[in-house]
Amino acid sequence: MTQQGVRWTADQVLALAPDAASRKAGSKLGAAGPWSEAGSSDEGTVWGLCKGSGSKPYQTVVDIADTAGPAYKCSCPSRKFPCKHALGLLLLWAGEDGAVPSGQAPGWAEEWLAGRRKRTEEKRAAGASASPAAADPEAARRRAERRAERITAGAGELEQRLTDLLRAGLASAEQAGYGLWEETAARMVDAQAPGLAARARELGAIPSSGPGWPVRLLEESALLHLLDQAWLRREHLPDDLAATVRSRIGLPSSPDGPPLRDHWLVLAQYDTTDPKLTTRRIWLHGTDSGRTSLLLSYGAAGRAPELALPMGLALDAEVSAFPGAGQLRAALGEQFAAPSPTTARPQGVPTAQAAVHYGEALRHDPWLDSVPVTLDRVVPTPDGDSWQLADADTDLALPLTPTARSRPGLWRLVALSGGAPVKVFGELGHRGFTPLTAWPEGAGEPVSLC
Amino acid sequence: MNSTPAPAPPAGDWEELVTAALLGTDRRTPPGCAPGQDAPVALLDAAAVETVRRRAGLTPTRAAERPEPAAPDARPALPAAAARRLAMLLTDRPGTGGGGRRGTSPDLMELLPQWLTAANARGFAAPVQALPALLDAARGRTDLRPAALEFAGPRALWLARLNPDWRFALRATPGGGTALPDLDAPDQVQLLWQEGLFAERVALLAAIRAHRPPAARELLVTTWATERAEDRLMFLDSLRMRLSAEDEPFLEQALADRSRNVRATAAELLSALPDSALAARMAVRASACVAVDRTREEPGLVVEAPHECDSGMERDGVVAKAPAGRGERSWWLGQLVEATPLGTWERRLGGRTPAEIVALPVADDWRSELHAAWCRAAVRQRNAEWARVLLGTPSAPEAGGPGAVSLAERAKLLSTLGGGERADWVAGFIAAQGLSEAFQLLGVCAVPWAAPLGRAVVDALNIARDAGSYPWSFSGVMGLAERCLDPGEAGRLDGLLAVPDETEDAAPGAGGYWAEAFQRLVTTLRLRAAMTEELGAP
Repeated sequence: MTQQGVRWTADQVLALAPDAASRKAGSKLGAAGPWSEAGSSDEGTVWGLCKGSGSKPYQTVVDIADTAGPAYKCSCPSRKFPCKHALGLLLLWAGEDGAVPSGQAPGWAEEWLAGRRKRTEEKRAAGASASPAAADPEAARRRAERRAERITAGAGELEQRLTDLLRAGLASAEQAGYGLWEETAARMVDAQAPGLAARARELGAIPSSGPGWPVRLLEESALLHLLDQAWLRREHLPDDLAATVRSRIGLPSSPDGPPLRDHWLVLAQYDTTDPKLTTRRIWLHGTDSGRTSLLLSYGAAGRAPELALPMGLALDAEVSAFPGAGQLRAALGEQFAAPSPTTARPQGVPTAQAAVHYGEALRHDPWLDSVPVTLDRVVPTPDGDSWQLADADTDLALPLTPTARSRPGLWRLVALSGGAPVKVFGELGHRGFTPLTAWPEGAGEPVSLC
Repeated sequence: MNSTPAPAPPAGDWEELVTAALLGTDRRTPPGCAPGQDAPVALLDAAAVETVRRRAGLTPTRAAERPEPAAPDARPALPAAAARRLAMLLTDRPGTGGGGRRGTSPDLMELLPQWLTAANARGFAAPVQALPALLDAARGRTDLRPAALEFAGPRALWLARLNPDWRFALRATPGGGTALPDLDAPDQVQLLWQEGLFAERVALLAAIRAHRPPAARELLVTTWATERAEDRLMFLDSLRMRLSAEDEPFLEQALADRSRNVRATAAELLSALPDSALAARMAVRASACVAVDRTREEPGLVVEAPHECDSGMERDGVVAKAPAGRGERSWWLGQLVEATPLGTWERRLGGRTPAEIVALPVADDWRSELHAAWCRAAVRQRNAEWARVLLGTPSAPEAGGPGAVSLAERAKLLSTLGGGERADWVAGFIAAQGLSEAFQLLGVCAVPWAAPLGRAVVDALNIARDAGSYPWSFSGVMGLAERCLDPGEAGRLDGLLAVPDETEDAAPGAGGYWAEAFQRLVTTLRLRAAMTEELGAP
């Protein structure tokens, strides 16, 4: 496959930016002005010299064909990644005809590329030959056992906290405040059970989350209790459910499913951030298999996660599922070509079927907050202070989640619809539907709502 | 889950579970708790089963009333490259990061108005997903609204009805975006005129005036007597468009209106009709005040300002009460001369040409008063010949010769001239006077600037650089140049991009800043050229 004619949109390029300031700075560099000797190769490389404030222009090169998403190199001192020059160069490549002509990479770019490709080859060769088993299986087993013991102690302690809460009554939780659960969460971190820690922390936030909080607190306490109990009796669970419990507890696992090669349409990509970590979620849809898979990628505080797959492109690649019943999480394996534009769309369902889909998924994983679904022919409809997605052909509707209602993506969705039915991909759960991507009726590019 | 044995609790149990949980199991025994069982654990067990059951049993809700579909937009879609450019221009909104010194990169937000004008000229429809960002941009900048709303089209108004943040779009669009009736259907027109909201009626009147000026006036006459004073004023103002002698009888009648503002507007409109009776009456009054002094060797003008403002003058729109600090008599004189057809003076003052009249000395310090009134008359009557004379030659405007008028008045006079002549005059002014006072005058010149004007601006910037000042002293003109200079001129600027050697008298570091400023200018021009190309031929 060649790169000529395979252009990304500006939105797809801007989605790579680590923050709003980079997006803005990159946009300004997306014009011919400061660039010289820009070019691109059929192998999927873009390079150029960007005039900065100094006398020597910055050397920028991007490898868009890299199997792990675009790779960047720039001689500027910026610690942002990708830097504004890499974004500007990609915008220039995406935008103006002829601004980035096809050609032979100059020496400085070729050197970096050759180095990268060599390292990738070496890694692949090493991965193929070395056995994945740890050097000392006995030591690993003892480490795992020690960790399981600590988690068991943590789960017991958490059960004690929950029964104390129910004995005194939820009404007391409002006075108890956030600190108690924060402290409990810290103890779960010590017990090496990050999944329990996160749920414990969320419990602390519920009493201040508005009307109906006692019901939510009871639900989440009960599900946390269910997780504790499932962990304590994991020996008796079916393998798949036990694997789900381990991943909910926060134990690391690695993808063990057979690699599935498909043309994966990137349905959506969005980040959630907390002070310590940026989590990037990328939803993929196999256009041949019909499978939906979730890729997760993490970035340390303030840094964008490394994996970036712009929405609307498709990639010819293998993915492998993580263990667990109904588990959608997968890992990206070998990529056979760079992401390229596609007109494929996922098949959608009406709202009633989407709700059934969530109900069935809960059978495999009762802690599941939401499932990915594509809704066909729905109309964004105002409903008092909130919004819903109403079937065009029945009188049924799914409410939007409170967070979805306050995001700018809602208005892009409403604008795209204009009162007419649209196809919408998003996450549906007990809180409602969160739209992530929408397609207009008839032809047209998908619109990101993240 | 399917391996967990759980008896199905009866319906209504969930409420009881919640009540027990709220009060605490010390006070309330949860339902289904067997004797000897730990009550909190039993409650949590039951609640877990119920929670999953409730979630798994969720069904869609009943649909609310769906919104009326938006009106279709028949305009063609943007070319792909232009749509990408729009996305980038809208990314650069204030508050989206950055800030600080501008550096060498263009200010994309400043290019948005130009982009919108070009897209509107070509009749493209806005990409629907860009509408929210477009409306947000227009919300923050009122100057952007007319072009943004035109480009945004009917779907933006549809959106504005759903989002209070965008209500301005409904106010800014006459009639709130409701479609005007077929102007050839008298019944529909009458219905809207009789029962429409004020904004709808103004829009209707303007639409009819644009096509058939007399019909608009006739419609207005049917209800004139019953309209409120402030509505009469707005309706009257809509006659400004395509004003003609046919409107005179109606305007004459409006001179007797109860409202002073309506009277003043009617008088102003009549005075813009050189053949109107009002203009003739004003000419008689003004002529009595200005005469050629034949007692001296050198001919000159003598001025005898009116001694009173009689009821006839007031009826013709002369405001009797002078503003604080102005003499009454000069105040009245100014209004008379302003409303007098300029052609009057050639006959009255001995067959002299406008140039000769303006060149005449004026006795007793009346000169500035008289010239200022002529300037206002030239603007009101769109008289290019008088405007030209009053502007004088651009090379010597401050020498005390004709045209010693303020920059604001000059800008207005310039607007009566054709585009080419305007640009030449401003170019001459800049060549003689430099840039420090040119900003206001440049603002009335057509975009892109004509070649001689562009060159004059670049030369003047170059001179300012050589003089050693800082570029931000000229940031206003520099910003205008980025938006208005012909992109074809970018090549000419190449010589200015280098950092010059620092001379003794130059401000420290100025050379570097100038190189940066010129670099930004060139980058912006290239970007504008690309923008235009992406949109295709108009």
